[in-house]
Amino acid sequence: MADQGMIDIENLSITFGRGSRKNHVVRGIDVSVRQGECFGLVGESGCGKSTVLGAIAGRVKEWSGRIAIGGEQLDPARRSQAQRRRQQMVFQDPFGSLHPRHTIGRILTEPLSINRLDDQDGRVDRALEQVGLPKRFRFRFPHQLSGGQRQRVAIARALILEPEILLLDEPTSALDVSIQAEILNLLKDLRQRSGLTYVLVSHDMAVVAHLCDRIAVMKDGQLVEVASRQDMIAGDVTHPYTQMLREGSLGYRPQGVPQTA
Amino acid sequence: MHDQAPLLSVRNLTVSFPSLHASVPAVRNVTFDVGKEKVGIIGESGSGKSTTGRALMRLLPKSTRITADRLDFQGEAVLSLSDRRMREIRGHSMAMILQDPKYSLNPVMTVGEQIAETVILHEKLSRKLARERTLQMLESVHIRDPQRVMGLYPHEVSGGMGQRIMISMMLITKPALIIADEPTSALDVSVRQQVLSVLDELVTANDMGLVFISHDLNLVRSFCDRVIIMYAGRVVEELAASELDNATHPYTRGLLEALPSLTHPKDRLAVLKRDPTWVEA
Amino acid sequence: MSATPKTSFKAWLLNDDFSSPAQARAHQAYVTWLRFSMNPLALGGLVVVVLLVLAAWLAPFVATHNPLTQDLTRALLPPSSTNWFGTDELGRDVYSRLVYGARTTLYIAILVTVIVGPIGFIVGAAAGYIGGWIDTVLMRVTDIFLAFPSLVLALAFSAALGPGIENAVIAIALTVWPPVARLVRAETLTFRKADFVVAAELQGASVPRIMFRYIVPLCAPSVVIRLTLNMASIILTAAGLGFLGLGAQPPSPEWGAMAAQGRQYLLDAWWLTAIPGMAILLVSLAFNLLGDGLRDILDPKHA
Repeated sequence: MADQGMIDIENLSITFGRGSRKNHVVRGIDVSVRQGECFGLVGESGCGKSTVLGAIAGRVKEWSGRIAIGGEQLDPARRSQAQRRRQQMVFQDPFGSLHPRHTIGRILTEPLSINRLDDQDGRVDRALEQVGLPKRFRFRFPHQLSGGQRQRVAIARALILEPEILLLDEPTSALDVSIQAEILNLLKDLRQRSGLTYVLVSHDMAVVAHLCDRIAVMKDGQLVEVASRQDMIAGDVTHPYTQMLREGSLGYRPQGVPQTA
Repeated sequence: MHDQAPLLSVRNLTVSFPSLHASVPAVRNVTFDVGKEKVGIIGESGSGKSTTGRALMRLLPKSTRITADRLDFQGEAVLSLSDRRMREIRGHSMAMILQDPKYSLNPVMTVGEQIAETVILHEKLSRKLARERTLQMLESVHIRDPQRVMGLYPHEVSGGMGQRIMISMMLITKPALIIADEPTSALDVSVRQQVLSVLDELVTANDMGLVFISHDLNLVRSFCDRVIIMYAGRVVEELAASELDNATHPYTRGLLEALPSLTHPKDRLAVLKRDPTWVEA
Repeated sequence: MSATPKTSFKAWLLNDDFSSPAQARAHQAYVTWLRFSMNPLALGGLVVVVLLVLAAWLAPFVATHNPLTQDLTRALLPPSSTNWFGTDELGRDVYSRLVYGARTTLYIAILVTVIVGPIGFIVGAAAGYIGGWIDTVLMRVTDIFLAFPSLVLALAFSAALGPGIENAVIAIALTVWPPVARLVRAETLTFRKADFVVAAELQGASVPRIMFRYIVPLCAPSVVIRLTLNMASIILTAAGLGFLGLGAQPPSPEWGAMAAQGRQYLLDAWWLTAIPGMAILLVSLAFNLLGDGLRDILDPKHA
């Protein structure tokens, strides 16, 4: 273990179901994410990118192989409270990720009570300030907030436990372009200020290239290519699938239509 | 811009939904023309772009108030047509493609039956002829082995295939105008290119007009001839797709600058400052 | 401050830029009430239920006679100005018995609800959220109870336990909890995979915490609706047991038992059966209307 990263993944395989219903979603992935890095996972629907994120987060438990966070090896089935706190997740759908009957204040206090942290009021105020929301929002309910504001609350909820890693599952794909820009800027600022490590999952190559230092392309449960941000922007990528995804994000290119059935 | 009368001519279209509170119009004084070209309507959620598309086909709830100085399609005033005539126009000379084919196809009919049904209904063809036309149509959207696909049920086809089937169903009557509301938003990048190519090919080959409603600036810019930008129910700017980079309205400029880009990477994205006067002007 | 206190209080209630948790709660309650009050049928139901509660609570003041005092010289008198709903075969005032009977009815209905709610919540939420063999076992037990017609089950239990109000409550509760548990389980399943539940899990929330703080509040509206609608059937079952002599025992007034006793005099003294029957009908209907109204405002699926 010479080059120990923040997240080390070796030969990660994830299989759901048993027998004839067996579904091999992730087939042997090796990834190492450095401390303070932003690592992007790109791919089309069903490629297993969100499942990998779920395994790192502790949401998906059916994995084999090795996942180590900060050098500490994880057990697929159970984690200690300290291990849970090290990484927190932000979800895609800002409407489904906040409890509809909890106020913003309660949503942010819950993780503190679970982890028995003190100074709850102060922490909630600071978390709201960090994501650029006014303090009085703590008395509001999620349905009174816009999509972008909800996503800010979701980020605040993840940050309030002071994690080392932020796992971002398509955090802007449900948002309008102008709101997406605000959230992407916020994520960029937060990382600069606090030195967080990010893992960003997205289908949008432009978003990933904007935020991430390194970008891994996934297809059918395997890593096809890992490219640096510069290479991705310059188009200096080798795999045709990566090229296709890159081209696709630039817009429509008139071309011959391949036949499919 | 056009030497003859446009396919569709819209002047001061206003749509409002009655509600408990004062009814705020979802679309206000929208004016544009569509000829035999691809026109993109761009806007964020709540900009009224989908409502505009549905109003053109009169596909809004009965209680909706639609008014316009003019809403002419091929010389006919859409708003004063009988329901019966409107049904004839819909599907025959004006067609709509929606975001998710899963919800637009009938789950208990095979794909072939559904497409054939459209021709039988609108062109009074025999079953046999309708079947042949269906085969041809499926071939023209580049589906290999159309014979087999015709016998499939909607749940047996993938998203991209479903959207092609939807396109073939909508285009089989050779409509003059197609309204496509986010037709590729539910599709993956690789499939999206193919579906767009199919649409492009058919629209160009058959001299159709296309209204392409989308939130994706890059897509509309590269796919359409002309772009209409909507904000808060109004058209704020209208320009040729190739001229989008020279847009003058601050909202359009703001959108362009807020977009992360592979070709022009920027360190920070510009945050759109919304000006209340955009709603008025 | 030129505005009168009343209008400024209303403005404070309607202002959704909250400055305190109390205001947030008051606002929620007020907006809910505004929506509820737009439904006249539900409002009617609420009025009847409130009247019922008041009548039961203030029975000694509302009643004109002692419900137990017999006066055989005044037996089977038709409705008049002294005996508003007439008298029964023992000369007791029907109106007063009806008022006191409301106590019995409400006692049974509320007690059943208080027993059934928590049981349904715990069984349903545990089955739905934890899943696995716990789900299988709990749901099979629920199925067994559901397999019998509820009145038959209630009859069997009260026959086995012996007649009396408390036993009637137990018997009815045993028949009412399974549908509630099923409902809570079905609701729980829709929230189990929700992102906000996953977020809580990833932050280390315990199973009881997620069940009671996250899932129960979301199931609460549909359970409240269900229990309100159930009130009608609880009242009917209680009356049915009373009618068959298995509920409240004479001489305590109970609507079902009153209707049953009046049966023998149906042709001579219609009021003995008709008045308690009407009361049962009216109260059941009121609870149903109230439940429907609650569903309209509380259940987002019926918006």
